Amino acid sequence: MLNNITIGQYFPGTSPVHSLDPRTKILAVVAYIVVIFLSQGFAGFLAIAAFTLLCAWLSRIPLRFLVRGLKPIAMIMAFTFVLNLFLGGSGRVLWSWGPLTITEQGIRNALFMAVRLILLVTGTQLLTLTTSPISLTDGLESLFKPFARIGFPAHELAMMMSIALRFIPTLIEETQKITFAQKARGADFESGNLIRRAKAMLPLLVPLFVSAFRRADELAMAMEARCYRGGTGRTKMNPLHYHRRDLYAAGALALLAAIVVLLNAVGAF
Amino acid sequence: MPIEVKHLTHIYAPGTPFESRAVDDVSFTVNDGDFVGLIGHTGSGKSTLIQHLNALLKPAGGQVLVDGEDIHQPGRSLSARLKVGLVFQYPEYQLFEETVRKDVGFGPRNLGLSDAEVDARVSEALRRVGLSEGDWEKSPFELSGGQKRRAAIAGVLAMRPEFLVLDEPAAGLDPAGRSSMRALVNSLHADGTTVIMVSHSMDDVATLCNRILVMNGGRLEMDAAPAEVFRQGERLRAMHLDLPGAARLRDKLNADGFDLPADVFTVERIAEELLKRLKKGTETC
Repeated sequence: MLNNITIGQYFPGTSPVHSLDPRTKILAVVAYIVVIFLSQGFAGFLAIAAFTLLCAWLSRIPLRFLVRGLKPIAMIMAFTFVLNLFLGGSGRVLWSWGPLTITEQGIRNALFMAVRLILLVTGTQLLTLTTSPISLTDGLESLFKPFARIGFPAHELAMMMSIALRFIPTLIEETQKITFAQKARGADFESGNLIRRAKAMLPLLVPLFVSAFRRADELAMAMEARCYRGGTGRTKMNPLHYHRRDLYAAGALALLAAIVVLLNAVGAF
Repeated sequence: MPIEVKHLTHIYAPGTPFESRAVDDVSFTVNDGDFVGLIGHTGSGKSTLIQHLNALLKPAGGQVLVDGEDIHQPGRSLSARLKVGLVFQYPEYQLFEETVRKDVGFGPRNLGLSDAEVDARVSEALRRVGLSEGDWEKSPFELSGGQKRRAAIAGVLAMRPEFLVLDEPAAGLDPAGRSSMRALVNSLHADGTTVIMVSHSMDDVATLCNRILVMNGGRLEMDAAPAEVFRQGERLRAMHLDLPGAARLRDKLNADGFDLPADVFTVERIAEELLKRLKKGTETC
């Protein structure tokens, strides 16, 4: 149950997408999201999908990894699809039964939202799959640095994030271990009704919290022992540098945005 | 009734770049009354292997038979967990209840036993591991490290397993704690429980076990009596393992011109052999 969390799951590699500067990738994802919301028709989505597939192909990440990442949002997708289908609004009525009607506009809206969600998740997934958590937070810190002057705790936030990300696998591993230990004592986490199952989580959660606090304590101690006192004056072991390929990536996104805007302007379907 | 492991294979994260064969075609049998030592350097697959013995992990290939039944068949896992008690490394991290008694009773309660039966088993298990009655109503988090570990082991013993599998029961304990843990495991075996113990201490394995399994890179490299295993110092070192202290002493003495037999690997036997030679020396003089 714990093995299908793709968000924050880095897929190591040396592809052109992997080797982009993390700042470029973060900004690119922001731009990508904006472009998705700019698009007013399926023609624009087609262009965006082509771009996404190109990125996925360049990153050499198996497609099934991307598809697997869609699973957690399958429910939300189905929900919005059905909702849009019936509340689609005006247009030619295709089917109706009592208060439920499906219109042409409704089908269009439902499909539109579904495609938008798929593209959003797939594209953002590419960021977390191709960027290691450490370089991701490095990128964020450096992007937020200008705001530090007005009191924005850029370094602290980045440090908190990297610690949180660093401990996700550890906690997953620990959860697995404690689950096994309690299962070895006959614990049953899978059967019974909701209340029973929630109660069954107790033997898992108590040790997990105890060990999380213990780890936090030890980590704080270890950081202090190495004289950590926040970000001021701290230098990086691997400072970030932009390269030519980052320029190409920016160019590709600008091109994509231009195509989508153009398609909107000519009123493609 | 034996545990039979047949061609067991386990693969972690199959189909990803992280794929690794943690256990690779391992076969062995543990007979009733055995005290088996399982050794191997870190990452050799020991812990993965033992998690198959009570159906916590599902193998990619092969079988585990406990009392002749394949425990990975659907619906069999609970009965396997009843027969094969597994004590994890640092088991004190699994304590969670308000009191020691309640925590030790977690296993028996899961078996659906009556309150009286649970109580009886809990008291027996706590006495068995040597926790004094004054500590039974304390929170497990108030106990010392060694006591916590005893409480956690009691939690498994209260299930009354036929087989006891321990993953490094002495890890992280001080020398006194180690030696009393050794005594506890030994006495559990003496009481008729079949024991499989993972250990990094060659000395513990040499003095306690009647059989040793050596894992290396997911494969079972040796399955033999201690005398046979500890005669092969070079082969063990090649697997990042070592000989027990006494066997190293034996090799040093032999290098200095003694001729102690290669199957001597305890301090007692070395002393015996040396005394024999001394006596012979005085007689011929």
